[in-house]
Amino acid sequence: MSFETVLPYLIVLGKCVFAVAFVMQIVPLLIWGERKGAAYIQDRPGPNRADIMGIRAGGLVHTLNDVVKLVMKEDIVPQHVEKFYWALAPVIAMTVALVTFIVVPFGDTFMGVPLKVSDIDGGLLFVLAMTSLGVYGIMLAGWASNNKFSLLGGLRASAQMVSYELAMGLSAVVIFLGSGSLSLSVIAEQQALPLELGFISIPAFNWNVFSVPGAIAFILFWVAAFAETNRTPFDLPEGEAELVGGYHTEYSSLRFALFFMAEYANMIVASAVTATLFFGGYNVPFLNGETIRANADTLVALIGFGAVPVLLFFSALAWKRRNRPFYRAIAVDDIRHREPKFWTATWLGLAVVHAGVGVLGLSGIIGANGPTGIGPDTVAFVLQLTALALKVLLGCWIMIWVRWTLPRFRYDQLMNLGWRVMLPVALVNVFVAAVWIIVKESLFA
Amino acid sequence: MALPAPRKKLSTPESVYLVEVIKGMFLTMSHVIKNILDQDRFRTIEYPDMRKPMAARYRGAHRLTTRPDGKVKCVACMCCPTICPAKCITIIAGEAADDPAEKFPIEFDIDMLRCIFCGFCVEACPKDAIRMDTKIYEINAYTRQDMVHNKSYMINLMDGLKPEAEDVYRAHPEQAPAGYTFDEKPVA
Repeated sequence: MSFETVLPYLIVLGKCVFAVAFVMQIVPLLIWGERKGAAYIQDRPGPNRADIMGIRAGGLVHTLNDVVKLVMKEDIVPQHVEKFYWALAPVIAMTVALVTFIVVPFGDTFMGVPLKVSDIDGGLLFVLAMTSLGVYGIMLAGWASNNKFSLLGGLRASAQMVSYELAMGLSAVVIFLGSGSLSLSVIAEQQALPLELGFISIPAFNWNVFSVPGAIAFILFWVAAFAETNRTPFDLPEGEAELVGGYHTEYSSLRFALFFMAEYANMIVASAVTATLFFGGYNVPFLNGETIRANADTLVALIGFGAVPVLLFFSALAWKRRNRPFYRAIAVDDIRHREPKFWTATWLGLAVVHAGVGVLGLSGIIGANGPTGIGPDTVAFVLQLTALALKVLLGCWIMIWVRWTLPRFRYDQLMNLGWRVMLPVALVNVFVAAVWIIVKESLFA
Repeated sequence: MALPAPRKKLSTPESVYLVEVIKGMFLTMSHVIKNILDQDRFRTIEYPDMRKPMAARYRGAHRLTTRPDGKVKCVACMCCPTICPAKCITIIAGEAADDPAEKFPIEFDIDMLRCIFCGFCVEACPKDAIRMDTKIYEINAYTRQDMVHNKSYMINLMDGLKPEAEDVYRAHPEQAPAGYTFDEKPVA
């Protein structure tokens, strides 16, 4: 077997690992964001005790602590559960959450390799199919746990997901009415095209959300995404006030961790799909793939030098923190006194690194081997991945933000909203979208 | 059966949830931004690194005061065990022939598991021998026996036997309540 025959498989494997790693790397970050965000919304400092060598990293170490805790905990298998399905449920939940990500493109191409794990023609259908499968994990967990609260949680989850899938699917219809394709990469590419207004062409603002039906579809899709991922205000399946813990009551240790991570993985995937459908996916506003590749040197220099003042500001902030009452209260020889110094040094170091990157851009060696070389491709890849990651993180932050702002819906309110508000609006919106497309084509074509 | 509570009729913008949702989200976000910019807004006291300054009248763990010669001021008059509503004070009196006070406590035990911190013992004491001005609220032990504070423990209470509010105040006067004055340390 020669290297040439193995290479395609290696590339696919590499992309799979990358996609899973992308999701799994953001999960701990989100858990931290959830805790810290909740704390800051409620005017408390949040987690800040766990430290490694005196470095607390604003509570990030607690996430590490959690992993150790969940792995070390006893894995209790209750006597009364249906063991096979009970053990299967968290695996389904996690797998489905991760698998959905394979159709999301995270860049255009790198050295001729398309940057998506799988470019299915019916990518959008695949997303909808997989999110519907997600309910099986929760339903199985609820049923196999063999107790009434878990069963109620599972029932609520399935009823809710079935109700909101309709609105979600209908708002996705609006997107492929416009794009003419179900493939997420085609949808993302189309949003990179310049906005043609007949007399002027703007290289941005062509995202699907910048149209009347698109904006309505986005709101519907986003609300439905909340319901599909079981996030507040639609987290009735695990409504702890009524249902103990809902469907994951009987789970402990790593099995619970799987459900926990699946929830966050679902959030990431929902944000990624929303970003791809409505916010241009991996596209950087005003910079499409060719523009980035042609101006790789300038961009690197701009980003490198542009980051330096920001990092210096962070460094100054970290240095200022050593005067906080906390540092005056702890003992003089306390290990945590090194934290402000550590962060000052870290931000300063990063500033130096970014200045180096800026010099690299000025030197002109990145774009030297032409617009198809490895240098420009790397710049495009990094920029587009950063754009997608920022959009995903923003979406996840909005989910966290909403969770700590809104109270939970009552169950009849939830059903009312799904069937009597969102479904009719979504149906009307499909017609609005059709009219919009006809009007747009007759005006600008 | 309770009557259903009257519900407020929602106005049109309120019945479309989105407007109210966005208003609420702006409120919470304003808190996040304010808290990121100014971390000193938090009212959280990061115990045990930081402590709440106790009020001057706060009744903490009891201590026994001493005379300049180092002996306890207590003359074993039995006022405090008499007035104690929880019956937690046990005094065994002894005679001191060479001392003008003539009487002193051989043993002076307070069962902190029974004490209700009413402060009557302090009020009843004619010699200012017992005080509850230590501001110590971390009264804990691994055994029930250790929860009975004895005479030497209560005399030496302020001498760094336990982490205590006053030590923190001495090290960091800016944390002490306004107008807080330090007691003289009792001579052990």
